[in-house]
Amino acid sequence: MVGWIRELGFPSFSNVNRLSYIGFFLAAVFILTAIFAPAIAPHDPIKQFDRYSPEEERLVTRKREAPSKEFWFGTDNLGRDTFSRLVHGARVSLLVGISVVVISGIIGVVIGALAGFYGGWLDKILAGYLFNVVMAFPGLLLAIAIVAFLSGTNPSPNDRIRHLIIAMCITGWVGYARVMRGQVLKVREYDYVQAARALGAGSLRQLFVHILPNAIQPLIVQASLAMAGAVLAEASLSFLGLGIPPPYPTWGTMIDDARGIDVLTSAPYNLIFPGAALALTVLAFNFIGDGLREYLDPKQRKR
Amino acid sequence: MNKFKVYNFLKKLGLFILVIWTVVSLVTLLIELVPGDPALARLGDQATPAQLDAFRKRHDLDSPPFFFSFNSDQGFKWHGTNNRYLKYWKGVLTGDLGVSYDTDRPVLDMIIERYPATIKLALAALFIAILISVPLGVLAGTRKNSLIDNFASFFALMGICLPGFVLGPLLVYVFAVKIQIFNPTGSYDAKDIVLPAFTLGAALSAILTRMVRSSVIEELGEDYVRTARAKGLSENIVIYKHVLKNGLIPVVTILGLQLGVLLAGAIITEKIFNWRGIGTLLLDGINTRDHRLVQGVVLVISVTYIVANSFTDWIYGRLDPRIRIS
Repeated sequence: MVGWIRELGFPSFSNVNRLSYIGFFLAAVFILTAIFAPAIAPHDPIKQFDRYSPEEERLVTRKREAPSKEFWFGTDNLGRDTFSRLVHGARVSLLVGISVVVISGIIGVVIGALAGFYGGWLDKILAGYLFNVVMAFPGLLLAIAIVAFLSGTNPSPNDRIRHLIIAMCITGWVGYARVMRGQVLKVREYDYVQAARALGAGSLRQLFVHILPNAIQPLIVQASLAMAGAVLAEASLSFLGLGIPPPYPTWGTMIDDARGIDVLTSAPYNLIFPGAALALTVLAFNFIGDGLREYLDPKQRKR
Repeated sequence: MNKFKVYNFLKKLGLFILVIWTVVSLVTLLIELVPGDPALARLGDQATPAQLDAFRKRHDLDSPPFFFSFNSDQGFKWHGTNNRYLKYWKGVLTGDLGVSYDTDRPVLDMIIERYPATIKLALAALFIAILISVPLGVLAGTRKNSLIDNFASFFALMGICLPGFVLGPLLVYVFAVKIQIFNPTGSYDAKDIVLPAFTLGAALSAILTRMVRSSVIEELGEDYVRTARAKGLSENIVIYKHVLKNGLIPVVTILGLQLGVLLAGAIITEKIFNWRGIGTLLLDGINTRDHRLVQGVVLVISVTYIVANSFTDWIYGRLDPRIRIS
């Protein structure tokens, strides 16, 4: 993305590295927030605050309060601290994002390597058929269906996280596999790999010692973009009611809770803060991915 | 038509049929993912055995799921042709997607009832995206580094990083709560399509703006543009008759690929604006655990997507003879 932003002529942002630095910075904030969430959050994210109301002579929920010293980002429709929920929400995004990136990455690299290295009928089945089938589904739709079907009546939070990860990995691996296959096809014809083959290196040695190190760079770019996609997909599924069940906070459910007319009218920051957090996180990983791609590919740097 | 073309066409057709077969089969078997007994999952623990049996009979759940089964107790077991997989396929080919668990109506009827609203929304989103991106992309491409170019890049950035379910409620906040010109949800009159269509089309128009811009810049460097200018044609004619004609070709492919994103995105947009389309139908099906309905909706959306993609592939070949054979 950095490439085309600069291409589009963002004058102050004309330096590639500056944008990816912003990406790295935002991603670091996101990851640290997720890891240290309990220490950062001033309140319990699930606790509903109430106060005694002298007029009504009973306890009332402190719902939809404006940002204050006590509640930095205000409170939500049920009187919970929006800031604490936002901080804890980062945990789910990070957990699901990292798991999906790692698991689908491993699956994709193995399948892509098999297809590219052995070629022939195996390549025809994998690249010619399987890749096309996976790409034939609109990704989000398949994820929705899988999560909805896998979770029977009342899924526990852990089950849901597992189902989300499975659903996203089922379509997620194909991006890595395509990158890996392309790299393998290119690199295996290089002289030094041919030389290794001539010296009697077995296929596993050729793959892991000679080919994989050369394919790592585009895979990292792919992983970074996939991280942005996974965070977004998790939020989308949560928004649709297919995320971690309430009351545990996720950014998607927070946005869903904040879009009622009464909340929008009196407490729009309940929508704005999680929305901004999500947009910045997605942006960060896109910046990193595009920055790395340009950095790793000098041909693109000049364009 | 020479031999090579026929061979290529058959290869593509074969792959298309193979992909459709696999996708439909996968959707057919998706319902087997539901943990436990589907009848019990739907009717609950209180159901009597007679009710469960009647439900199984009504929804073809009384036969085994596939041609064969394999488990540790019984080992490999062959069930023959009386299985759910084959029955569902027979239904798909004869236009019968089963009966909804919840409403007891044919699933296909329910989908046909709601599909036009989604298509309308997707087309409106496409229209808005083209309406924004083509002029903006051309302006940005012809005036590199100008104010409008910077605006275009900012717009594209926002469109890509702001997901629909953030943008949609924000639009509702601005245009239905603060300035009350639109209804917040539902479709009561014709202009109610504006907010949902913009929400759905925003990401697409961002991608398209970027594509139109770079392809205009690329085409402007071509020889035929210099020739056209040397002939004394006005800049407007050069850009709108010559450059745009070639520059829009890559945009067409993106449109095809984005149709699936539009249809999947429609699920989210329809939820935000309570739009009575296929997306809200899917979510209703999920909430009422109406697995047959969910299955039908997933099938219809997937097949639409594949057909649309193959169609764009074909159109692309017509538009740009250079890639027809390769």
